[in-house]
Amino acid sequence: MFEKILSRSQLYLAFFGPRRPEPGTIFLRQNRVYILPTRAGLAFGMAVGVMLVGSINYNLSLGYVLTFLLASMGLVAILHTFRNLVHLYITPGRAEPVFAGEVAWFELFVENRSRYDRCAIALWHQDKATRCDVASARDAMVSIPVAAARRGWLSAGRITMETRFPLGLLRAWSYIQPDMRCLVYPRPDDGLLPLPEPSAGTGEKRVAGGGSDDFAGLRAYQVSDSPRHIHWKAAAREQQLQTKVFSGRAAAELWLALDQLPADLDLESKLSRMTRWVLAADLDGLRYGLRLPGLELAPDAGEPHRLACLRELALYEL
Amino acid sequence: MVSSKLPSAEIQLRHLFWLLAGLVLVVAPHTPRLPWWLNLIALMLFAWRIYLGWGDRALPRKWLLALFVLGGILGIYLTYRTIFGRDSGVAMLVLFLSLKLLELRQPRDAVVLVLLSYFLALTNFFYSQTLPTAGLMLATTLINTASLVNFAAPGRSLQANLKTAGVLLAQAGPVMLVLFLLFPRVQGPLWGLPQDAYSGVTGLSDSMSPGAISRLSQSDAIAFRVKFSDDVPPRSQLYWRGPVFWDFDGRTWRPGNVRRYAQMQFEAGGKPYDYEVTLEPHNYSWLFALELAAKTPPGARVTSDYTLLSRRPVRNRVRYEMRSYTDFTEGGTDDARNLRSGLQLPVGFNPRSRRLAQEWAADGASDLAIAQKALSYFREQGFVYTLEPPLLGHDSVDEFLFGSKQGFCEHYASSFVFLLRAAGVPARVVTGYQGGDVNPVDGYMIVRQSDAHAWTEAWLKGRGWVRFDPTAAASPVRVESGIGAAVPATDPLPLMARTTLSWLRGLRYNWDALANKWNQLVLGYDPDRQRQFLSSMGMKEPNWGSMALTLFWGVGALLVLLTAWLLRRMRTADPVQRLWLKFCTKLGKSGCPRAAHEGPADFVARTASRFPGKAERIRAIGERYIALRYGRRTDAHMLSELRLLVRELSV
Repeated sequence: MFEKILSRSQLYLAFFGPRRPEPGTIFLRQNRVYILPTRAGLAFGMAVGVMLVGSINYNLSLGYVLTFLLASMGLVAILHTFRNLVHLYITPGRAEPVFAGEVAWFELFVENRSRYDRCAIALWHQDKATRCDVASARDAMVSIPVAAARRGWLSAGRITMETRFPLGLLRAWSYIQPDMRCLVYPRPDDGLLPLPEPSAGTGEKRVAGGGSDDFAGLRAYQVSDSPRHIHWKAAAREQQLQTKVFSGRAAAELWLALDQLPADLDLESKLSRMTRWVLAADLDGLRYGLRLPGLELAPDAGEPHRLACLRELALYEL
Repeated sequence: MVSSKLPSAEIQLRHLFWLLAGLVLVVAPHTPRLPWWLNLIALMLFAWRIYLGWGDRALPRKWLLALFVLGGILGIYLTYRTIFGRDSGVAMLVLFLSLKLLELRQPRDAVVLVLLSYFLALTNFFYSQTLPTAGLMLATTLINTASLVNFAAPGRSLQANLKTAGVLLAQAGPVMLVLFLLFPRVQGPLWGLPQDAYSGVTGLSDSMSPGAISRLSQSDAIAFRVKFSDDVPPRSQLYWRGPVFWDFDGRTWRPGNVRRYAQMQFEAGGKPYDYEVTLEPHNYSWLFALELAAKTPPGARVTSDYTLLSRRPVRNRVRYEMRSYTDFTEGGTDDARNLRSGLQLPVGFNPRSRRLAQEWAADGASDLAIAQKALSYFREQGFVYTLEPPLLGHDSVDEFLFGSKQGFCEHYASSFVFLLRAAGVPARVVTGYQGGDVNPVDGYMIVRQSDAHAWTEAWLKGRGWVRFDPTAAASPVRVESGIGAAVPATDPLPLMARTTLSWLRGLRYNWDALANKWNQLVLGYDPDRQRQFLSSMGMKEPNWGSMALTLFWGVGALLVLLTAWLLRRMRTADPVQRLWLKFCTKLGKSGCPRAAHEGPADFVARTASRFPGKAERIRAIGERYIALRYGRRTDAHMLSELRLLVRELSV
């Protein structure tokens, strides 16, 4: 029964909504803005009807005036509600990558190029509304929250833009499907298994006698350096930013390979663990490489490398 | 139907107070008509809601409200003895509206309240449709509509929302006018109205006892307005005939059984007066006309005692054309049965008056002489015309004639007829209005309730029924100058009936003229007026179908115009962008559409290489577009260049 309704509503959306993601800026043409009365609007219509009958029955001339004034206001409100939504421009903005299980935020720019203000516009996605007002010749940035359940590309999907301004008696709406996607990394697992030892065969030997966090000196700061290793005391003295260099593991190379993991783990669990390892290794300022079947990222450190690794993990075998 | 749910939004305090203010304005005009306990409950509930809203306290529980509902309905039933009447319906609306306040949690509840307030605004028109009422109700509609906007756009300022509501109502105005003029009018009622639908109107009643007309004389309300087509008859001839009374039980006069509808038969002398009467509703069937009416209005009948009766009680303002002769001879064609009931007197009342009349009759005087004797009695015995006569006992005529000698017109008319009947002359009491003021502003004559009057008619052989006004004998000023001059200055008269406050009268005349215009044009727009108006506008044979069709097209045209006006600014928004789009369309038609991802520079480069013949022109367009749209300065000259280039480009 429930599936039946769902399929019907999907049929409805397939008919009325945009069929595929629309690239670039979306313009809300007249023919894609729909309008119908709300429940309050139907009640208003019934009230006006009863008032008309009352005016006829009691021969109330001013009753006619009031009834017709309200009816006309309802008609005029159709135009106002419609024009509050129509001819808006929606441009996709950024969608920062997130980990599975988190909420992805899709940024949309709603631009109003007309000379009147748009008020109380709601963007519905998955039963959650984000509201915005857009003044004349301005734009508003709206962040749409979308639950990121699984790794891989998450597309924005269909968003319903609606407004009930000015009276709340009518609802104008339009379906948009901006061409946006958000990268969802695998969820880092919460296991306690530590990072694997640097593999003896491929990496350099550990520096003899060096402790795992032995201070080895300072060098000039590079953008990719972990903030943990910045010499903050020196920074506080308003010297140039410097990075502490450690001997020991920092110098070692760590390979994170999918096939190191026990074979009885399923792929998603493996990727989850790899994700945690990448994050942990990055946090420790290690140099690490990533090895997936058919793909190898040479050992490196820093932000770009971390993102590249996460991206490969997110998109592996998809 | 829209099903997506709004998150349960809270109601902001400023919106709550705005809503309450609008509701108070709608309920306030009703309060004098509502029972005191209901006013008290409503006041308490409003105050309670303010207290709860102010302190952000929880609303009361449902069972408490249910208790209030039951108690309120019971109270209304006990007060009005019904819950389905007009007044009790209003009371119910006020009760529900006040109680709904304590259920006001979400914007949805607020919408219900606003709809109720629209209803209550309409019910105010049951009691008053004057200009001030109309103005007040327009104001409340504006404020309550602003409440709707408040709840639809909670983030905006109250001022902005009030402005939006004003714009909506202003734009609704023309559409409303078309609907008002063209909506096919039906003469109500559609079904039976509640018993109390027409209570509370003032006017002459269907019986006359001492004090009835003097009470009426203290009302300033307008009875009817008259528009004479030529000149106005002299004031002493302005006898507006109403109900005629035959039966007397010693205290009260009643119409009796004379209900035979006859043709008017009288000999007219002098010239006729043509005029139009606009009669205010008075809840009885009779229509007023100058003595003596020469025709009956459509749908009305005349009785053998020359009372005009409409088929239905006059419950709305009616208008009718009339023609009257003030100089007439009735002719004396009445039959014996009528004359018998013109002689009826109650047994055992007023022995002294009877004796006096019988003395006159015993002298062998003619009927006319007896009548004149009676008149001179009033003239010579020091009678006082006053609004506040002393109360009379069992033999009211005796006490008036020989005791107090102070009375109002009903005392004079009643005693005069009593005397004549006792002397064997058939006589009857006629009530109506005497006099009227011409408003110099619009030329309408206004006849007020304070002009209510009672006079008499006596049957004289050969002449028929002849009018005698005993009041005029006692106080000739009453008929010559009106009541204000006739009664002592200490009597409580409506302010307007006094002649001294001339500036006030001037003000009142202007206001009356305005109110009359309002009555004639807005309130009097009934099915007949509508047909007249539409015919004068050139519609041939206006009927239901043609009106509906014109209405449809009229409203449609207005809405199309409004749409064009509302969306007008869109097309002229950005000339540079428009020219660029035109350019892209031109190239797109020649097989080279701009891809969505393509910026202007890329697109120009690609199309320039595609159309080498036009490459220079295309590049010129691209340069100018980029400079105008993304460059720092705006250049009107460059814009006109761009316009020319785009217009002349052909690929």
